[in-house]
Amino acid sequence: MTEAAPTPTTKGQEPIKASELDPKFKYELQKIHGSEKILKCFQCGTCTSDCPIARYSDSYRPRTLIHMAQLGLKDRVLKSDTLWLCAACFTCTDRCPQDVEVASVIRVFRNLAVENGCMPQVFKDQIAAVLDSGYAYKIPDLRIKKRESQGLPPLPKGNPESVKKTLKGVKLIDNVQKPAGETLNVQPQQQ
Amino acid sequence: MSNPSSNKYLIFLGCAIPYRVSSYEISSRKILAKLGVELVEMPEFNCCGLPLDPVSHETMLILAARNLALAEQQGLNILTLCPGCAGTLKKVNKILKEDKALKEKINTHLKEAGMEFKGTIETKHLLQLLKEDVGYDKIKASVTNPLTNLKVAEHNGCHILRPKEYIGFDDPEDPQTLKALIEATGATCLDYIDETECCGAPSVGVSDKVALQLAKDKLNHIKQVDAQALITICPFCHIMYDTNELRIEKMFNETYGIPILHYPQLLGLAMGIKPEELAFNELRVNPSKIINQVTQGAK
Ligand code: SF4
Ligand code: SF4
Repeated sequence: MTEAAPTPTTKGQEPIKASELDPKFKYELQKIHGSEKILKCFQCGTCTSDCPIARYSDSYRPRTLIHMAQLGLKDRVLKSDTLWLCAACFTCTDRCPQDVEVASVIRVFRNLAVENGCMPQVFKDQIAAVLDSGYAYKIPDLRIKKRESQGLPPLPKGNPESVKKTLKGVKLIDNVQKPAGETLNVQPQQQ
Repeated sequence: MSNPSSNKYLIFLGCAIPYRVSSYEISSRKILAKLGVELVEMPEFNCCGLPLDPVSHETMLILAARNLALAEQQGLNILTLCPGCAGTLKKVNKILKEDKALKEKINTHLKEAGMEFKGTIETKHLLQLLKEDVGYDKIKASVTNPLTNLKVAEHNGCHILRPKEYIGFDDPEDPQTLKALIEATGATCLDYIDETECCGAPSVGVSDKVALQLAKDKLNHIKQVDAQALITICPFCHIMYDTNELRIEKMFNETYGIPILHYPQLLGLAMGIKPEELAFNELRVNPSKIINQVTQGAK
């Protein structure tokens, strides 16, 4: 009899210890908008086999992430660098036979990872841009001026003050407005 | 409920287009003017919310709802050129209309700025507007210079198709709208492998290698069917292919030379609009070969 080969995501990982299992994690997820249906996943593997990112990545596997969450491996899921590889293409959401809304579950994992202090730099930049201008990128003045010569109407000036008012009380936004050094950093791995 | 007029739209540009893809905006405005669609500028808007959904779903909901509330104040439906913006605004509109408690929660945020989401308008992407409001017949009738000898491929991208529950105007597994719109110009739209697959753009910056491999495989499939150009309808897909084609050629030792056109550029050529007016000069992959072919055909 041959031994089953380790799956790519578990390759090189530490064996699971009972102490790291959080049996309540799946019930927490059931209460969050987007991951309500996580327990319906019966591990068919459709999401992973149709995921364009899984095809090119050695480690990103949506089915495995969902399985790990069902088992209660909260820390491993939320600290996984590969979480940030999902392209949010929604192929898995449309094809999951159990209607798990896989892409939304991945989004919930990411939101929770951020609450635990893990956020790639690119998102920090976008939050800063939104709070500063209302737009997700810092659009250079030159570009804005060029519009006239291109025959385009002026770009409406954003209203960051009003945007900030509406975002008051959102945990993440309140956190980033705190002085630097209070949030952790995660550097997603290049693979 | 009010029923805003269907040939007058508030144009929602989003962030990516004014930031990097003005060729898409320029060409879209040109063809819409020719088709008699009236565009009203939004007095103000903010990021649709999608870029921040991965880090805070609540932030996304508030940003999207704020835009919807701004449009409601104008009493007009929204037209977007970016599928990401369209998908987000459609989805949030639907969620908030169906979930009263969530709507109330989001409205307490908007109230801080003296605003309210009511759920009285709709959002359409350019593609949906061309299909449903303008119609294929009118588009065909606007073609004065049919692109009969041109063979192209299409790339819909993800957010114009999925999730079907919220977008729902085309079949995500076998989309037909963009194909039909291309055929309306007289050009042939070729089938190829994995047409509905993601361009990879969202993974740029997290893993360039994964993202570029995705784009490379797509370009290979497009090359295999001898497409003369790839037609996109999304600023991110366009950036992904147009900006990276040369880089991918070098990195993987391939040659493509496939220009990446926004659909309105293609339609504009077929309408006889001069190429100079359609911002072809902003494309990185040189489109002059097909422009010459098309304009010579017109003579
Ligand atoms: S496709 Fe759905 S049911 Fe199948 S493994 Fe993925 S999440 Fe589970
Ligand atoms: S949404 Fe994410 S997990 Fe789902 S198929 Fe696309 S890249 Fe894969």
